[in-house]
Amino acid sequence: MTPLLLSLKLALVTSLVLLTLGLPLAWWLAFTRFRLRFLAEAVVALPIVLPPTVLGFYLLVVLGSQGWLGQAWQRMTGHTLAFSFEGLVVGSVIYSLPFAVQPFTAALSGVDRRLLEASASLGAGAWRTFLRVTLPLAMPGILTGVALSFAHTLGEFGVVLMLGGNIPGRTQTASIAIFDNVQMLDYTTAGRQSLTLMAISFALLVLIYGLDRGRSWRMR
Amino acid sequence: MSAPGVLKFDVELALGGFPLRCAFQVEREVVVLFGASGAGKTSILESIAGFRRPERGHIEIGGRVLFDAASGQFVPVHLRRVGYLSQQPALFPHMTVEQNIAYGLHGMASTEREERVRAMMERFQISALADRRPAAISGGEQQRAALARALVCEPEALLLDEPLSALDLRLKTVLLELLFEWQREREVPMLYVTHDQQEAYSLARRLLVVEHGQITADGDPRQVLDAPASREQAARAGFENLIEAEIEERHAELGTMTCRLRHDLRLETPLAEKQAGDVVTLALRAGDIMVATELPKGLSARNIVPGVVEAAEDRAGMVELMVRCGETTLKVHVTRGARQSLTLEAGRAVWLVIKTQSIRYLRG
Repeated sequence: MTPLLLSLKLALVTSLVLLTLGLPLAWWLAFTRFRLRFLAEAVVALPIVLPPTVLGFYLLVVLGSQGWLGQAWQRMTGHTLAFSFEGLVVGSVIYSLPFAVQPFTAALSGVDRRLLEASASLGAGAWRTFLRVTLPLAMPGILTGVALSFAHTLGEFGVVLMLGGNIPGRTQTASIAIFDNVQMLDYTTAGRQSLTLMAISFALLVLIYGLDRGRSWRMR
Repeated sequence: MSAPGVLKFDVELALGGFPLRCAFQVEREVVVLFGASGAGKTSILESIAGFRRPERGHIEIGGRVLFDAASGQFVPVHLRRVGYLSQQPALFPHMTVEQNIAYGLHGMASTEREERVRAMMERFQISALADRRPAAISGGEQQRAALARALVCEPEALLLDEPLSALDLRLKTVLLELLFEWQREREVPMLYVTHDQQEAYSLARRLLVVEHGQITADGDPRQVLDAPASREQAARAGFENLIEAEIEERHAELGTMTCRLRHDLRLETPLAEKQAGDVVTLALRAGDIMVATELPKGLSARNIVPGVVEAAEDRAGMVELMVRCGETTLKVHVTRGARQSLTLEAGRAVWLVIKTQSIRYLRG
């Protein structure tokens, strides 16, 4: 698999995992009355400020063959989590967590509580209210979160290098391939790869900002 | 569908600064909850709807227990079958008017659902708006749609929290008619919260006054509002003048009493269950006092009091005079025309005419 394809695959899997794990977490953050919620928010935001190497180091310790998660994984699957695609997914999910969860949370808390109360008083249980009211109204923010975490994963470098090494076809993502090519003074390939990555990222951001305008029911 | 029945409410819960302690029953009737903002009216509705869990007490509708603190029962909002509408229509912005109204009818055969939605839209005259989104219709139309959406579910009780206070009088009248027509057909208990005195008078035959988390009066709106229990309630019921007086003499045979105010000013007042020598507070509406610039003769009104205008101030739609009668100053409302033709300005000597029956007493 080419580095670019691997990057796209990693970004896709990561953003889908973040959608499934991040949405319940964001829902909890948006609606809980738990007094220590701010602590959870700080933990979620941590990857924004940590150097990727620090995050990568801890992940390596936990996921490596000496770490508890790494050993559990090895017993289950027969191979190590570090230096594998699955390991990269775990790392990317944590690294991109705030880029998904923060827009999710903002979108969910932005839904007018009175609408949720109206839904309940019209006989809709929590699940139906979520599917019919909360989710559609929060959709622009949720799509933003998915697109942001996709783009962020596509551009990640430090965590991948720490955790996945640089194994072509398995853990060598586009950003690492570019670094590799520059090291080998192959500026032509590095330039082509950089341009591709930049084009994709730009397209994604255009999509995200375009989504903001697309809330048709506000207009009509 | 189970038959609608009596709403029983007996609850204690903590509000901001004071506890709410209320017990009442609503038969298949319309009851107005009247009181100042923050008195606890909305909390009562929220407890019935299930948005709020009281600390103690019991709530049931037609024998179906919604909340019972002793047994720990608390039916969640979506299973209560209680309609709730506030000042905000809270229509779902991503759905059309039709989808909004059909929202509560899930789990119903689609032909029946369509039929009921159609009938309800016709009733509220919003059929033409079926495919519009809430943002594309007016505030009045939104409130119609919200009302239709709540009623189409056939709730077993209806809670209305100042639902029409944002609308103009004409729209309000139309919607109230539709609402009451529905209530007469279905005969479900309906609680209507308002802090508007005019609404409180006209809406229902029964009125509950809520003050500081307690029900301080219960009965016919005219009786309740004409015999205010506190200065606060009197002010809200439109009694601008509250005057301390001592009962001098009772005339049981005439149905009147003579009350002495400060500075030996005397007024004839309606007979009440009081003794001579008791101190009472007389309540008098500024609009119930007439003004004359000469001593009137041949009048049926028993109280003709001399005074001097101290101030005249233009208010919305009328003029408020401050008239000094001995040591008592009374507020009197007259029209702008009366002010002009009688030159009612500061310093003008006048006679105030007060009908005996327009004088009320503050209870207690």
